[in-house]
Amino acid sequence: MTRFQTLVARDLRLALRQGADSILVVGFFVITVALFPFGIGPEAGTLTRVAPGILWVTALLASMLSLDRLFQADWEDGSLELLLLTPTPLEVVVAAKVTAHWLTTGLPLLVATPVLALLLGLEPEGYMTLLTGMALGTPALSLLGAIGAALVLGARRGGVLVALLVLPLAVPVLIFGAGAVDAAVQGLDATASLEILGAILLATLLLGPVAAAAALRQALE
Amino acid sequence: MHRFANPARFLRIASALFPWVSVLCALSLAAGLWFALAASPADYQQGDSVRIMYVHVPAAWMGMFCYSAMALFSAVALIWKHPLADLLARATAPIGAAFTFLCLVSGSLWGRPMWGTWWAWDARLTSMLILLFLYLGYMALADAFDDPERGRKSAAILALVGFVNVPVIKWSVDWWNTLHQPASVIKRGGPAIDSSMLLPLLLMAIGFQLYYVVVLILRVRAEIAEAKIRTLRLAAIHAAGGDDSP
Repeated sequence: MTRFQTLVARDLRLALRQGADSILVVGFFVITVALFPFGIGPEAGTLTRVAPGILWVTALLASMLSLDRLFQADWEDGSLELLLLTPTPLEVVVAAKVTAHWLTTGLPLLVATPVLALLLGLEPEGYMTLLTGMALGTPALSLLGAIGAALVLGARRGGVLVALLVLPLAVPVLIFGAGAVDAAVQGLDATASLEILGAILLATLLLGPVAAAAALRQALE
Repeated sequence: MHRFANPARFLRIASALFPWVSVLCALSLAAGLWFALAASPADYQQGDSVRIMYVHVPAAWMGMFCYSAMALFSAVALIWKHPLADLLARATAPIGAAFTFLCLVSGSLWGRPMWGTWWAWDARLTSMLILLFLYLGYMALADAFDDPERGRKSAAILALVGFVNVPVIKWSVDWWNTLHQPASVIKRGGPAIDSSMLLPLLLMAIGFQLYYVVVLILRVRAEIAEAKIRTLRLAAIHAAGGDDSP
């Protein structure tokens, strides 16, 4: 087993035994989406129209929830410093932790999405695009989130701050994610928006681990 | 004291430049405002509302310029651990945020009579709003740590990551064909506006740029003075026999 896999397996095992986090994130996602019909009225036409936006915004907020725990626990008990001392590059450590984070939050969100789309009455044409977009977009959100989580490590009120830092950077994902579903629902071609989402994912794959590792080194200095 | 070696030289140069820059700034702003408000013609379509542009466009340029400068200073601070670059980056942030805010407000005031709306979710407007959020995030992050050194470095990394937004703002009007008009001054084939309007625009741009330098010098001076006071106070505490205190 490579070091990367070992680290992912460790984080998954920790998440599994501590439970809660994934369920909380999905619970937040479901409850927040269920609030919208109360807020804007249950007319099917309105809900159908705003469904892509609601799902994307709520998924974005839900993925912010668990971010402050991404490095915090390891930083507090000192295992992050031990990980820094291992021959494994810190960038790989970050990539492993982000992978585990996505598997425990992004993936459950992805699974819950079709059910919630059904509740909001999303047009059938939108489902495939919504899921493809989410599959490309949520890893990008986790990677952007990792930068934020590493930057605020040890800050006062880090949990609020991380949202303030990451949400502006996440706007492009939201624009193209929701835009793709809107296009698909209107019978237009959504490929361009999905391709841009893919490009954003590739860019964050490149930038995320490097920037987050740089921020972690500052935190551990 | 070697920590202040470099800032001391900066202070000497800055103090020598300061009066000149202030006077030039006041002159170019006065001349720019005279041309912008009185001596330039009204637009054949926009009427007198076009005069808002003489504040709006330079403010937008300065918003982007300040962010670029902040990212550059941050990179220098991270790579060479240059203490002065750090001060410059942090002093730039509030100025840039103010220019970005001015750009958004003046654009909104112009948009009401021209577009019939205070705000539109257009690509240029949205990316400029994100720039303002990035400035606010930078300032919040820099102040969020008990250890100021840590806040500085985190904020520097954030400034570099957020720099991806600057090219997006610049080319947003070309990539997305939405409400905001495309570039008319800095473009291939020369400016597309008449020289009678270009003159006040450029004067205002120079005035804003000099204003940035003036405020930057004031802020950095204040920061250095604050650091000196802190050092002196600590020295006074130690001299007063703080050795046996915890």
